[in-house]
Amino acid sequence: MGLEDWLGNDFISTRIKDLLAWGRKNSLWPMPFGTACCAIELMATMSSRYDMARFGAEVVRFSPRQSDLLIVGGRVTLKMMPVLQRIWEQMPEPKWAISMGACASCGGVFDTYTMIQGVDQFIPIDVYIPGCPPRPENLIDAVRLIQDKVGKTEIQKLIDERTGIDNLARLESMDRRRAEEVKS
Amino acid sequence: MTSLPLADMGKIFAERRERAAESAARRVERERRLADAIAAWLGKDLVKREAFRDQQVIFVPLERLHETLAHCKNALGFDQLTDVTAYDTMKLEGDHPERFVMVYILTNLGQEARLRVKAYVPEDDPTVPTAHGLWVGADFPEREVYDMFGIEFPGHPNLKRLLLPEGYVGFPLRKDYPLRGRGERDNFPVVPRTRKATYE
Amino acid sequence: MSSQDLKATSLADSIVPSRAFGEGAMSVEPGLGEKDMIINFGPQHPAMHGTLRLILRLNGEKVSGSEPDMGFLHTGFEKLGEYRTYNQYIVVTDRMNYFSAMANNTGFACAVEEMLGIEIPPRAAAIRVLMCELSRISDHILGIGLQGMDMGAFTPMLWSFIEREKIYDVFELTSGGRLTTSYTRVGGLAFDLPDGVEYRVRTFLDRLDDTVRDMEGMLARNRIFMDRTVGVGVLTREDAVAYGLSGPLARASGIDRDLRRDRPYLGYEQYDFEIPVFTDGCVYSRYQQRLAEIRESAKICRQVLDSMPSGEVNALGAKATLPSKDDVYTKMESLIQHFMLTMPGHGIKTPESGEIYHATESPNGELGWYLISDGTAVPYRVRVRPPSLFAFQAIPNMIQDKLVSDVVATMSSLNVIAGELDR
Repeated sequence: MGLEDWLGNDFISTRIKDLLAWGRKNSLWPMPFGTACCAIELMATMSSRYDMARFGAEVVRFSPRQSDLLIVGGRVTLKMMPVLQRIWEQMPEPKWAISMGACASCGGVFDTYTMIQGVDQFIPIDVYIPGCPPRPENLIDAVRLIQDKVGKTEIQKLIDERTGIDNLARLESMDRRRAEEVKS
Repeated sequence: MTSLPLADMGKIFAERRERAAESAARRVERERRLADAIAAWLGKDLVKREAFRDQQVIFVPLERLHETLAHCKNALGFDQLTDVTAYDTMKLEGDHPERFVMVYILTNLGQEARLRVKAYVPEDDPTVPTAHGLWVGADFPEREVYDMFGIEFPGHPNLKRLLLPEGYVGFPLRKDYPLRGRGERDNFPVVPRTRKATYE
Repeated sequence: MSSQDLKATSLADSIVPSRAFGEGAMSVEPGLGEKDMIINFGPQHPAMHGTLRLILRLNGEKVSGSEPDMGFLHTGFEKLGEYRTYNQYIVVTDRMNYFSAMANNTGFACAVEEMLGIEIPPRAAAIRVLMCELSRISDHILGIGLQGMDMGAFTPMLWSFIEREKIYDVFELTSGGRLTTSYTRVGGLAFDLPDGVEYRVRTFLDRLDDTVRDMEGMLARNRIFMDRTVGVGVLTREDAVAYGLSGPLARASGIDRDLRRDRPYLGYEQYDFEIPVFTDGCVYSRYQQRLAEIRESAKICRQVLDSMPSGEVNALGAKATLPSKDDVYTKMESLIQHFMLTMPGHGIKTPESGEIYHATESPNGELGWYLISDGTAVPYRVRVRPPSLFAFQAIPNMIQDKLVSDVVATMSSLNVIAGELDR
């Protein structure tokens, strides 16, 4: 029944946006912002036993310009918060963020004068991982949740929404200007 | 790898424990003699002397602190400065003439001996001569003491805050500073998820 | 369409003026007319181990000045110590040197026990030695792996992570946590060793020789590794003493001091092990030092397992440890002791004006604890003497007039751990 039977075994049918979403979610490029103990569990997740490369998130390039998934692993302090914000700003859209561990999610064990009690007060976070430090399986689960999220988003809509570029308004403003020029 | 026969292990271990206990007793004696030497050198300037759990502690007046450290290093062989720190006596029992106490932990590598030199520092003029001239390794620990307590070290090459951001106000390890700070940790701009561009 | 058509409000409003980078004059600022360039190495950098920042002043590829900057992970451990009881603070000590958490736990517990004058039972001492040496193996093998990775050799790092996973299995079986174990308590340990531990440790030690030999084969006579590390980042013996260095860094520079031999604690005097000392003080000799120390630690672990005493793991006589639940439910005095230790306002009885400085040989060097007690269950002052701090301040000395790639090699050989450095 349906298109697939008629096409046979050599074709699959899908929508282009689903195909792109499938490609995008299985090739997330993480940007590890590891500060403390959670960074060690992050490194352990990337190593041979809990291989993150199975899920596509293998290309760990420490450059924010080339990544789409920020993993904040470890405690973020007063001095480090502007650095984190700068890194987040430098990442191009579409981007997602995971807050790994208790310290990044809510301050953790440390309720002191320098600890940011939860990175999500100042940076938008998509997935939180509890644990101190979370097991590598937890991190893989979080990446899987992000993959589900990425698989469902319409990327162009997301980019437009987040960067605030409204193409219709832009075209209208261009039309208005052209009309003024013609009048004068 | 030396494999000890299991039957004799108990006896050998007991012998080694005994020998270690004797050498520890000799070390305690060495430390006591070194502390005696300093006390004798200071004469009547010695403020106090303690030996809790066999660890020698010497209190010196602030004016003679730098000389005492120099004497320890040059004449008595304390060639390594293990730590520089301080504490605030505001909530501590007992009589303390001033608010802050500077603590220097010195190690004599040749004789394996440790010594703690302390000095009271007044609250209204917390300046202590730097030990950087004697041991280069006093650089960062003194900066940290400045950062945490506000004690200044004239003569230090680079006395800036070490652990906290440069514009920070307050000295956290003082006893009148709250654990949760005074709101600096909630004071950052919020990066929004979405933005709105406007067109004219 | 000209570019004036689109006048969106700029996104620059939301880019934060970074307060981490202060506006004060740095000590390496070049003067007018000089051609040197200031480069920020860190705090977020692929080759930087943790959140450390090195401000380099470069003349081409040569470093003409540098200034280390730290504090990006300062969490206020020392202030927190004044608000947590001794046993609660053990949880916090895990997070300092996160490569080897057991060593921190042990160091703190030993310091508190010395201040209280408690003698722990021999079984607890032997288990603590076993755990400390396993964390030493884990820290050093990762240090060597990271040193290789910074030179571009990726494989030894993956091998070292496999060994660490085996050690994590042991830690997880004993204490419940892989990385942050919180295994020791004042007066002993949280739990006794469960059944599978000895088998796992012996299997691990049997395979460890092969792995270390493989890693040595990869790096030790490797032309590229040797060219990049021999004679690089040299620290002479006098400088090492003056900067306050200790541990593998000091021993690689020729200082023959190891707290396990010179001030033995926890029964280290009973075991047979050597202290390797190298005299070159360069990056290569630090690599050799750590490799040799892994082998010595494996020896100690085997001896501990062969001679493990039986008995209690908690000092029951001293009023600082919790009695077992059977006793609490059946005997009156155990119930009272349990009450006195756990209720707020009571807790461990500490000396009225006691203070102690106790140092253990952690994998990074002399980890010192300076504790002041005031009679309550909460310390008055907790001071951690981090070995990484003294190594970090020696960096400008080691990289002056060297190339940028030497900076990377030197940084990786120091094994500066930001959690311990900044506390």
